[in-house]
Amino acid sequence: MTHKVKNYKLKIPSDTENLEIIRKFVAGIARKVGFKNDDIHKIELAVDEACTNVIQHAYKNQKKQSIDIAIKLDFQKFSIVITDKGEGFDFQEIDIPQMDEYLAELRVGGLGIYLMKTLMDEVNYKKTNGKNQVRMVKYLLDKDKKSKNK
Amino acid sequence: MSEFEVKRKDIDDISILYLKGYLDAHTASDFESALDTLVCEERVRIIVNLSELVYISSAGLGVFMGFIEDIRKKNGDIKMAEPSKKVMRVFELLGFQVLYQIFENEQEAVEKYNTSKK
Repeated sequence: MTHKVKNYKLKIPSDTENLEIIRKFVAGIARKVGFKNDDIHKIELAVDEACTNVIQHAYKNQKKQSIDIAIKLDFQKFSIVITDKGEGFDFQEIDIPQMDEYLAELRVGGLGIYLMKTLMDEVNYKKTNGKNQVRMVKYLLDKDKKSKNK
Repeated sequence: MSEFEVKRKDIDDISILYLKGYLDAHTASDFESALDTLVCEERVRIIVNLSELVYISSAGLGVFMGFIEDIRKKNGDIKMAEPSKKVMRVFELLGFQVLYQIFENEQEAVEKYNTSKK
């Protein structure tokens, strides 16, 4: 069997009005490579949340900055890397709310990272050379290979 | 640009907001304004009809969270009606069904308000 790696890239201004374009880009590729509707929705929502964080927190709503989205399909591994040059944060240190406590306290915001980690099989963050990178993975078929990174 | 629309219908003291399209970080402010207007008019018995809402992200969920405490303090509520399976799955992921009453049809939500009328 031929091992074929597929790559897709999108560079787009950091404006919330582009979230729809980003979702369509990601969902279109996810569909093309064989994901079913339920997983396509999970992927587009996770990417929306990651890009919303970049726009609102890393770039503080400055619309002229840019977001790079790179998608790679390697066998069954669908990886999405979202890169920005904004203000970074330690992704690992962000508190993931216990949802029952969260709802009890009626806290506002902070749901995005919880959703990303819940929707995807792997989520991690790194900062290198002034760039922030969020990498998310969804496995196409083999559920046994899934390792939850929560 | 994300397509999103909010329409409003008042039945006696109940206000129904009809959400249509995509509710994300770009469009959440439209929904926020609609709820803000209702609160300013002291119309706090609210139903949000989600039958034509095709997508919601945490920015949209945050709007519900941002208003519910204030509205309940004023003896009102936000009840939801007719979510699609896709939207309902996001609510369930976050346990929203614990915090909000979600009805399969709008009429049930209206009746719930009417039976709890003082």
